[in-house]
Amino acid sequence: MGLEEYKGVYVFAQQVDNKLSGIAFELLGKAKDLAKDLDTDVTAVLLGKDVKSLADELAAYGADKVIVVDDPALETYRTEPYAHALASVINEYKPDIMLVGATAIGRDLGPTVSARVATGLTADCTQLDIGDFPMVAIPGQEQKHKQLLMTRPAFGGNTIATIACPDNRPQMATVRPGVMQKIDKIEGAKAQIIEFNPGFEENNRYVEILEVVKAVSDTVDIMDAKILVSGGRGVGSPENFKILEDLAEVLGGQVSCSRAVVDSGWKPKDLQVGQTGKTVRPNVYFAIGISGAIQHVAGMEESDLIIAINKDEDAPIFDVADYGVVGDLNKIVPALTAALKAELAKKD
Amino acid sequence: MKVIVCVKQVPDTKGGVQFNPDGTLNRAAMLTIMNPDDKAGLEAALRLKDQYGAEVTVITMGLPKAEDVLREAMAMGADKGILVTDRVLGGADTWATSTTLAGAIRNLEYDLIITGRQAIDGDTAQVGPQIAEHLGLPVISYAEEIKIDGDSVVVKRQYEDRYHMVKAKMPALITALSELNDPRYMTPGGIFDALDAEITTWGRANLVDVDDSNLGLKGSPTKIAKASDKVRKGSGEKVNLDAEESVAYLVGKLKDKHIV
Repeated sequence: MGLEEYKGVYVFAQQVDNKLSGIAFELLGKAKDLAKDLDTDVTAVLLGKDVKSLADELAAYGADKVIVVDDPALETYRTEPYAHALASVINEYKPDIMLVGATAIGRDLGPTVSARVATGLTADCTQLDIGDFPMVAIPGQEQKHKQLLMTRPAFGGNTIATIACPDNRPQMATVRPGVMQKIDKIEGAKAQIIEFNPGFEENNRYVEILEVVKAVSDTVDIMDAKILVSGGRGVGSPENFKILEDLAEVLGGQVSCSRAVVDSGWKPKDLQVGQTGKTVRPNVYFAIGISGAIQHVAGMEESDLIIAINKDEDAPIFDVADYGVVGDLNKIVPALTAALKAELAKKD
Repeated sequence: MKVIVCVKQVPDTKGGVQFNPDGTLNRAAMLTIMNPDDKAGLEAALRLKDQYGAEVTVITMGLPKAEDVLREAMAMGADKGILVTDRVLGGADTWATSTTLAGAIRNLEYDLIITGRQAIDGDTAQVGPQIAEHLGLPVISYAEEIKIDGDSVVVKRQYEDRYHMVKAKMPALITALSELNDPRYMTPGGIFDALDAEITTWGRANLVDVDDSNLGLKGSPTKIAKASDKVRKGSGEKVNLDAEESVAYLVGKLKDKHIV
């Protein structure tokens, strides 16, 4: 296999209902960094029906080229037509790197495509770099340069591994949503648009979609939330959770809680974080009035950023918090909500 | 109807996570369990057995001690257990694991293959779809409900903000979420029978249509460049200010981190 034939950093530009998902922009932001290190360009792969008009938006967030596969078969996500489309793009255009979001779509599409094009896939990456493999030269073993080094947590976040794919192309990774930064929008940017259609023929692998049911409420599973505002017994009453809900709303987050809150009947079980509840890894976890029992910590310590507010300065939650504030949550939380609201209004 | 369930023996990272004094994971002290998503998949298969008289075969790839997880499955009600174990299969990534399991499954008849969505040690969610790809089967990931409809299977497929009801002609492969069901307990009689039950053990020679270049560490396209037990993070900053200063402090931190 001529690995040097494979060039460019490619991104699967996920869209749902003809609206680009946030992960598409995040991947483009990272792809731009990688492309710079490799002295190459960034290509977005856009699959769907009547999606060509989304190409400008991809250009505005860093795509130099957009490969569009526009076909009625791709209207709603199904593994097979999407895998066929993406695998055909890979075989035709030979990317060096192929990034896919670690979403409910990407974690289905990624493995199927990687198996089809016979390459490796590293799941749920939280960091991507260009570097050498092996990272330190080993006598008697060729050290390859400009490899994609993919870093991911494993063992429930207790270990961190950096993985390379030195002998197969493309180097494929799924990337955890909410980790990479999108670039500032470049108004009026245009990408080179390449239309491609490998042809779609139904076979035994095509499934039939009988029904699509969208979630009626705006309550996202706390495991999927990017920002969690979590309350403990220190919040004082079920009514007082209102101040946490207000903070969550300003930040576009969700409210969750500790076991004590569920045991008191203040909140339902599906909002409980911890060993007997859910394990969450949001970008930001506010622990408000939560003492931080080890069972609670086990369910949230992998959060990227932990902010604790508690009146007890010896509360164990401060041992895992990145930023701890000792004080009265009844004063601090509403004031924080107001300050963030003002801050966000300034930006718009 | 014949159902194959792929299961994995994993360290119990939930209840009994043990740490060494330096903050690294103490693997030797950890118990092993049947991977939770796989157990939900097994329960789904056992319900098909209850309802339609399906024959349920559990298969695992691992060290010889992974036999325990097959006996547990049989004590819950599975009919057959197959252990795929061989020195040459060690160090496999998801690609090499899926080629191995596909190679083993090619020996078997089946209408449905059920795997867990992901294992709690690797969290990749890759092996199920990759097995389907090697076997040329339709795959439906993230199953929350499974029903049989004639020669097809109807699955409630979960996404972040919606679900799809999806119908696939069998044979098909489904990856199961823990939310699918509450797995049954082993029965005393089941445990007793499972102790004596015969477990089929297969090695490299039993794998059908798989090249050596796709097996084990050598056959794994992904290579570990560096691995470290994550040192648990220590406490960060703690401030004790008045409410107004506290708010200014937090807003500043959130801005630094590009949250707002």
